[in-house]
Amino acid sequence: MKEQLQKDFYNSIKNLSLSQKDIEIKKFCLDNFIDKGFPNKKEEDWKFSDLNQIIKNNIGELSFHNDQASTNKVDTSVFVDGLEHNKIVFINGRIEKIDFEYEKKDQIEIIDQSETINEFENSNSLSDLNNAFTNKCFKILVKKGYQLAKPLIIYHTTNSKIWSKNINLRLNFELDKDSSLRLIDLFNDTSEKNFLNIFYNFELKENAVLKNYKVDKFENKNIKYSFNNIDQDKNSISETFILSSGSNFSKNEINCNLNGVYASAFVNGVFSLNNDKHHEIRSIINHLTENTKSYQLIKSVLEQSSKAVYQGKIFVNSDAQKTDGYQLSKAILLNKESEFNAKPELEIYADDVKCSHGSASGSLNEDSIFYLMSRGLSYQQSRELLINGFLLDVVEKITDSEIKNLIKNMLGIKE
Amino acid sequence: MDNRQKEINNLKDYKYGFSTDIENIQAPKGLNEDVIKFISNIKKEPEWMLEFRLKAFERFKVLKEPDWQKPKFPKIDYQDLYYYSAPKSMKDKPKSLDELDPKLLETYKKLGIPLQEQARLNGIAVDAVFDSVSVATTFKDELTKQGIIFCPISEAIQSYPELVKKYLGSVIPTSDHFFATLNSAVFTDGSFVYIPEGVRCPMELSTYFRINASNTGQFERTLIIADKGSYVSYLEGCTAPMRDENQLHAANVELIALDDAEIKYSTVQNWYPGDQDGKGGIYNFVTKRGLCKGKNSKISWTQVETGSAITWKYPSCILKGDNSVGEFYSIAITNNHQKADTGTKMIHLGKNTKSKIISKGISAGSSDMTYRGLVDISSKAKNSTNYTQCDSLLMGNKCGAHTVPYIKNKNSESNIAHEATTSKISEEQLHYCQQRGLNPEEAVGLIVNGFCKEVLQQLPMEFAVEAQKLVGISLEGSVG
Repeated sequence: MKEQLQKDFYNSIKNLSLSQKDIEIKKFCLDNFIDKGFPNKKEEDWKFSDLNQIIKNNIGELSFHNDQASTNKVDTSVFVDGLEHNKIVFINGRIEKIDFEYEKKDQIEIIDQSETINEFENSNSLSDLNNAFTNKCFKILVKKGYQLAKPLIIYHTTNSKIWSKNINLRLNFELDKDSSLRLIDLFNDTSEKNFLNIFYNFELKENAVLKNYKVDKFENKNIKYSFNNIDQDKNSISETFILSSGSNFSKNEINCNLNGVYASAFVNGVFSLNNDKHHEIRSIINHLTENTKSYQLIKSVLEQSSKAVYQGKIFVNSDAQKTDGYQLSKAILLNKESEFNAKPELEIYADDVKCSHGSASGSLNEDSIFYLMSRGLSYQQSRELLINGFLLDVVEKITDSEIKNLIKNMLGIKE
Repeated sequence: MDNRQKEINNLKDYKYGFSTDIENIQAPKGLNEDVIKFISNIKKEPEWMLEFRLKAFERFKVLKEPDWQKPKFPKIDYQDLYYYSAPKSMKDKPKSLDELDPKLLETYKKLGIPLQEQARLNGIAVDAVFDSVSVATTFKDELTKQGIIFCPISEAIQSYPELVKKYLGSVIPTSDHFFATLNSAVFTDGSFVYIPEGVRCPMELSTYFRINASNTGQFERTLIIADKGSYVSYLEGCTAPMRDENQLHAANVELIALDDAEIKYSTVQNWYPGDQDGKGGIYNFVTKRGLCKGKNSKISWTQVETGSAITWKYPSCILKGDNSVGEFYSIAITNNHQKADTGTKMIHLGKNTKSKIISKGISAGSSDMTYRGLVDISSKAKNSTNYTQCDSLLMGNKCGAHTVPYIKNKNSESNIAHEATTSKISEEQLHYCQQRGLNPEEAVGLIVNGFCKEVLQQLPMEFAVEAQKLVGISLEGSVG
């Protein structure tokens, strides 16, 4: 893999106008990645999902170079109907369109940050890979006091032109004081067997509100890794919702630093998996100062031989008195082949806190099915009703009603 | 100083912090094949036992000391330890209690286990392990009548080689992790219990461990076999003198329950925790594992962990037999600079297996406590259930309490439920108690005892009283 990486690296930087210093930095990241390789199960954070093995089994040899010289045609049929929205379109990893048509132009700034690299705590070799190979990176700055009128949808589209490729994406967001952003990530893949490596960085200033909905619904054979780093200042709110369903393998990591007082973070997730899919959500909420709050709810419905993993961690610093942290994961295993693994973790260094977590997994409640069937529903109907109700619980946590309805429709949940 | 203050000060000091001047026989310092042969030789062990040890030592040489645990500690120099230390007078083994070295007997009296009296009054059979050798086993005759074997394991190796050969290493093999393998290579003594088919052991069996000599590691090995339909309740207590350096304690405990058998294993661990600045104290790195081998068998672990500088142990159950049950009740208290990383593993292999985990952690002072546990339900373990509850109580803002459960469910017909909470003693509770005339320390003691009640009531009566007192003493000075 080493030769391939180096060859692809030089091919990639050849077409970029980078300064010598930037090339050095990228080279350093590449060497780091070559050193560590893809994460494997020997690493504690990847205990339940051995990415190295998964890539080996599903893709085999990866190539890392993407020719980004030619533009791709934007297929408008993938756009969401019935919801006015701003757009960013990625096709095969290349930014094709940034369009804030519904917003005041002077309130949003798009800054080219291709030369900077990301350094996160809690990150792994994939952040090195990302830093080495991303070629365009933008920062979207929402200015002080501006609240976006319409949601922003980022379309992650891949098509059959690419095969066995590694795609690295990076976006940075800054929400200035009193601003707000609703962001939907929509994955739409017609390609197969690629590895997507996505890094987002959010910076939330005082009173800023971020709502991020990550929707991976459509069936595809890709492997995805997505890392969200969220830094939160005083009074800010972040809400993350993850619908994890379509890809062959997917791991979503949320790393949230509650730096300011009264900051709060909400992470909600739904796994709806079938066949031999393997998905994971890992969340780390760092309560770093007093009076911060976090809430997490993850629900899974697992069919056939699918596998879901939830690793959640609440960290409470010794300064973070009056922390309120809550975490709950529930799973329904529908098939004897399906598997649910959880590692809900608490690490607490302050005494005046209220932290709890719960985790439960098991089969559908036979009594409930019996109850419904005795009232005239078929087995299939009762099953669906119960599963819908189970998942609806999480979807109802979405605070934006427009987007809530959109996601309900996607999940096929009727009320 | 008034009397009451004196009394409190006495309580605060480690009650068992004396050492006894007895001449010791020690193996040469260090760890190598010669030392292992020395141990094997001095114990007059048969050839197969030496092979067992050497095999483990071979494996040990390639293993690395694990470092994933939360409490970090300075590297242990395994060549700087004595692996065998025995009171000299034990070289010619005494036949009965009357022949014991009077100094030894006095030590045990200080510990609160006057063997002779116990033999007469209490009706608890005690096997005391002093440094590395078992010194006395009381109540032998009465147990023998029922066919129960309760003796030092070194004696069992000679007298019951078939049983030992069959079961030793069957739950914790010589190829296990670092400390377990070290124990397999150099273990010195410990208890052996065999309960024959259908026998309900009429009394509590008990072992008292004490590390006396400095620079010794204590490596005892306990093997308990409960044959079909039998029942036994086993208690274990531990103390050590106050010393500035850290001492290593790496014991192995293996439990085997055959069809319909039940083993109840209780520990009150009160090793020397080090002084208030965290100097000295015992490293308690113990491997405890029970195998529910037969159908309908049951193994229950109860532990009260108040001592040791570092406690690092996970008493586990392997639920192999159908309908078998595993239970784990734990109270872990850390104060001053103590650290604990403890929990359990419940490995469900058989059908209809059940497990229950209740863990209560209390941290005070500058201590740090971690619950780490694994619940693994394999795809064949149909209709299995697990219930886990781990609660932590924090006192002061310099301590830490962590929960790291691993939950693996590979069976759709099985249910797992896990709950954990972390909180502190509320002002209202304290106020309520103080209003009714309790001083702050008594109030905390009362609340903590209530918090731990679920676990305390699992202990046999005599131990429960001791444990309750211990809970109070361990937290002395943590309020205000």
